[in-house]
Amino acid sequence: MDRIPILRMGEFLLVTIQVDMHDRLALALQDDLTSRIEKTGAKGVLIDISALEMVDSFIGRMIANISGMSRILDAHTVLVGMQPAVAITLVELGLTLEGVRTALDVERGMRMLRSSISETEGNVVGHQE
Amino acid sequence: MSVIKSDVMQVRTEQDIVHVRQAVRKMTQELAFSLVDQTKMVTAASELARNTATYGGGGTLRWEMLADGGKKGLRLTFEDHGPGIPDLSLAMTDGWTSGGGLGMGLTGAKRLVNEFEIESKVGEGTRVTIARWK
Amino acid sequence: MAKASRTAGILKKYEKELLAEWLAELKAGGSGAGSRVSDSDLQTQTKEFLTLLVGGSQHGNVGELDRAEWAPVREFLEGLSRTRVEQGFSSDQTATFIFSFKKPLFARVRKELAADPDAVVEETWAITELLDKLGLHTIKAFQKTREDVIGRQQEELLELSTPVVKLWEGVLALPMIGTLDSARTQVVMESLLQRIVDTGSEIAIIDITGVPTVDTLVAQHLLKTVTAIRLMGADCIISGVRPQIAQTIVHLGVDLQGVTTKANLADALALALKRSGFTVTKAKA
Repeated sequence: MDRIPILRMGEFLLVTIQVDMHDRLALALQDDLTSRIEKTGAKGVLIDISALEMVDSFIGRMIANISGMSRILDAHTVLVGMQPAVAITLVELGLTLEGVRTALDVERGMRMLRSSISETEGNVVGHQE
Repeated sequence: MSVIKSDVMQVRTEQDIVHVRQAVRKMTQELAFSLVDQTKMVTAASELARNTATYGGGGTLRWEMLADGGKKGLRLTFEDHGPGIPDLSLAMTDGWTSGGGLGMGLTGAKRLVNEFEIESKVGEGTRVTIARWK
Repeated sequence: MAKASRTAGILKKYEKELLAEWLAELKAGGSGAGSRVSDSDLQTQTKEFLTLLVGGSQHGNVGELDRAEWAPVREFLEGLSRTRVEQGFSSDQTATFIFSFKKPLFARVRKELAADPDAVVEETWAITELLDKLGLHTIKAFQKTREDVIGRQQEELLELSTPVVKLWEGVLALPMIGTLDSARTQVVMESLLQRIVDTGSEIAIIDITGVPTVDTLVAQHLLKTVTAIRLMGADCIISGVRPQIAQTIVHLGVDLQGVTTKANLADALALALKRSGFTVTKAKA
């Protein structure tokens, strides 16, 4: 069974979803990502959906799950590249993707990740003092 | 109103759900739906196909390309002989979830289409019909 | 029902005379000199129609327009209708093109088949059926083209009345003017979202200064637009919110969910620049 590749970019992980995913593939991605975060100690995850022409409630839940699980593993998640038609449909569907940060593209997503990571680390340092 | 083209697809496995999405995408493109309307129809079909395959224990999709005067439309009928939905009115309210995650599917799909009809009997099965017009 | 038609023979034999008489009829009816169709165009069109008519009637099925042999004639008439629409003709003027052919053709048929009165009646009836159907087909095509033109004009009007403008690097503005209906708001929403993606702008300002009333539907559409913008990873500011509109929105119970609103576009721009990390300083005099 093919799996969605997870790329490492420094302290971040990048997932580019390009295929029309069937449910098992989506679940496999969830598992793969969480174990990769743990293994690499990655602080941030970028999910690139610029090639996705459709996001339904199952995929939406998967994304929300990934975001939630990553947070528990001390990593931030950013969803990037949502197409306008997908955004409009999600709003109509009533899927809010609560708690998932979004950015227009990978570059902005990384910027967002970097600032949130430095914030968290800043807090920790502050606390210790 | 007349049916221009029609066929039946199996909706049993996860792969079938993907096939349904691809088929509906192609059909809405053929009917020259706007990109947003295409996406709405494909998403609604994905939700209902998943319900049919997982909650309904597998079933069929009958698709029909329609013409009414100058208007063109697409009608999809998902049918299964699964457990059926015990309380339809409850199922159609936002936020209701069954074990199989049926919750968002029905109400969400309803908002994405022009026409929505559902029949369900416990122990016999469920039939959902949706349609979108250009 | 295939039957050898004598019409084809008559059309071929008397082509020149028929064309001349037909043109005379058309001009008498006002389709000629001084009208929007030039003489030479009219001559070309009548000749082509006659040729196609000959081609179609050779198969003998003079009454059945749906058959394949009549396709060239149908297509010719559709093209003719289209140009007539663009030239500003009315539908009956366009159908007259065909109907005025009846008189010369009937006259010929009567002369040619004078020896056989039954044949005259038969052919005349078949021709009448055919030309009537062709006339109706022309009118239908004419109306369809008219509707297409109107549809296109409506779209262009829509685009013109709600342009998306770039105010600054990364800041787009959508000034909405006039009453907003459901369909229009949706179209506008889609184009704004697409521009956000195309330009990579992180802030979109929707200005409703020019919108007189906001009802529940419009407020909900605005809200959906804002939600979609945020889902994509950008943000939205609504400007031009007059006190009356603010009241309406509160009364309607629409929750703007923390969407920033500003009284005017200038304030919204100032905020957008600030959020984008720009500072505006005045040059020292």
